[in-house]
Amino acid sequence: MNQSATTTPAIPLDRRISRFMSDQPLVPLIILLIALVVVLQILRPGIVNERWVANTVRFAIPLAILAGCQTMTMLTGGIDLSIGTVATMSAFIMVTQAVLHDPAVAILIALIPAILIGLANGIGVGIFRVHPLIMTLGTSLIGTGCLLVYQRTVIASGARVPESLAWLGTGITYGFPNALLLFVPVAAAIIFTLRSTGFGRLLYAVGDNEKAARLSGVIYWKVIATLYVVSALLAGITGLLYIGLIKSPSLSLAEPLVLPSVAAAVIGGTSIFGGRGGYAGTIIGALILTILTTLLTILQMPEGARRMLFGLILLLVTAIYLRIIENR
Amino acid sequence: MTRFIARSGWVSGLIVLLALLLVFTKAIQPFYGTADFGSLARAGLPFAFAVAAHTIVVIAGGIDLSAASMMALTSVTAASMMNGTSEEYALAVVPFVLFLGLVLGALNGILIVVTRVPDIVVTLAMLFVLQGAALLVLGAPGGAAAEWLKALIVGTIHVPGVPEAITAWIPKALVLLIICLTVVWVPLRLSRLDLSLYAIGSSQLAAFRSGVPVARTKILAYALGGLFGAMGGLSLTMSTGIGAPIPGPYLLASVAAVVLGGVALGGGRGGIIGPIVAVFILRLVRTDLTLLAVDPNVTAIIEGAIMVIVVMFGAFIALRSRSS
Repeated sequence: MNQSATTTPAIPLDRRISRFMSDQPLVPLIILLIALVVVLQILRPGIVNERWVANTVRFAIPLAILAGCQTMTMLTGGIDLSIGTVATMSAFIMVTQAVLHDPAVAILIALIPAILIGLANGIGVGIFRVHPLIMTLGTSLIGTGCLLVYQRTVIASGARVPESLAWLGTGITYGFPNALLLFVPVAAAIIFTLRSTGFGRLLYAVGDNEKAARLSGVIYWKVIATLYVVSALLAGITGLLYIGLIKSPSLSLAEPLVLPSVAAAVIGGTSIFGGRGGYAGTIIGALILTILTTLLTILQMPEGARRMLFGLILLLVTAIYLRIIENR
Repeated sequence: MTRFIARSGWVSGLIVLLALLLVFTKAIQPFYGTADFGSLARAGLPFAFAVAAHTIVVIAGGIDLSAASMMALTSVTAASMMNGTSEEYALAVVPFVLFLGLVLGALNGILIVVTRVPDIVVTLAMLFVLQGAALLVLGAPGGAAAEWLKALIVGTIHVPGVPEAITAWIPKALVLLIICLTVVWVPLRLSRLDLSLYAIGSSQLAAFRSGVPVARTKILAYALGGLFGAMGGLSLTMSTGIGAPIPGPYLLASVAAVVLGGVALGGGRGGIIGPIVAVFILRLVRTDLTLLAVDPNVTAIIEGAIMVIVVMFGAFIALRSRSS
């Protein structure tokens, strides 16, 4: 009776929900994030408090910035696997140079190799058209080798993490991690760049249809070179932040973050083939991965089972999410 | 012969490069002999299988990040199953492990087809799953391998009627590699299934419209990749006598060799011979650098630089030939 009275054709509720979800791809991600927190709270009542939130955010930030590098390169259809090496290099060089120089000088010195690697990536991918996977793997191999040689020269002088970076990496003020001071501007800049600047548009254009972008006058190699330099620079800065958090320099400091950074970007809805995605989703993806790691840690399973579960959940989340946003 | 060279210019170039490198090795180290060649073949064996696994997947337009973990899992499975059991029991272990690789590889393919998640993400997830499984099977390096299995790759082959001087240059490891590759690749060629692999690699849509069963072919490619991965895992157990749950540095090395070997990462182009030759080139470069007493850390830099430069050069040639 009621149904026949309505003039507009009734859309079933599930269709409306799925359409809403595909129009607002961030909503299902946020729901998943909240669900994970709820599961965590059920498994270990009382764990979710102010300190836990600050801690989670603190550990998610380096991953989120690296995943930002990944998001931007993936938008052009590329991938940057050298970010782990770049972050490690800049962190290691900074702590060893900080013994000899003022922290500010040490930071500047530490960012030089990052820029060089980014430039090499950009030239290789942009001008010589090497596949980004190969190019960035190759430069990361070279970078690791250089770092090993460099390590030999500074082995006697020791290392020192400057107080300012330790404060930025580990400190918490009024319940907010100090790392947010770095992250919020960086995230805002990335989101603004991707959404409202010409450069951001070029990234989407190149990734969506390279030929069309070229024919409309986009100078491909300039876009790509800039992109990889920016990506490497961000990775270098992340390394500096990460060493402030971890505080013990090693030659494989940020390597374990590389594959999760790809995962965070993919979970966040950025297409690995380019042209689609954004940074806001990636940030939530990084948070999800960090909480997932916590969740698996408190389950007290053997390391092997934990890794298996991580892989399975990663696959499941991506599959479900792709279904939702493709359901247009 | 000339047609062969023209058709496979890249592969012939690689073979010439390998020969030049061998001559160079002999020149800088006059005592480089059959024993060293045998150890080169033995050291290259797991790499060669990893590369074969990667090649077949890349030709079909995919990428397999999980190959190294697959090798770790199959290696620890074999080593822990053979631990403390009889020599004959190992006869059953080998087919079981190969089957395991085939099934897990097929699972990779099925997941990609069913979930429609990009290959790189599925195999990344599988990397964690397989690595975790390997840790569950064996928490620390251990286990054992049957003696006859270890003997399979040590020493040289003896062919009646061929002088010792020649057979001394044919290490068993190399023969094993060639046999394993042939057993998989030749039936593929004969059944013309390789055509479907190349077809879905160059264009999935075109292949689908020409009636190629895309899903089935993709699963087949990953299954065969898994089979090669299991062979690689077995060869690891053979050469070390134990199984180690932590995957070796095979991802980077195998991607490098695949590209060096002339297989386009986009899929649809290349063969199996090029990447295998490229593996031995990379191993030989490493040997040469050691013989030249180069700092091992500098070796990493040089290897990376070679990889990048060769790929750039190849891409540059491809660009030039396309524009002209």
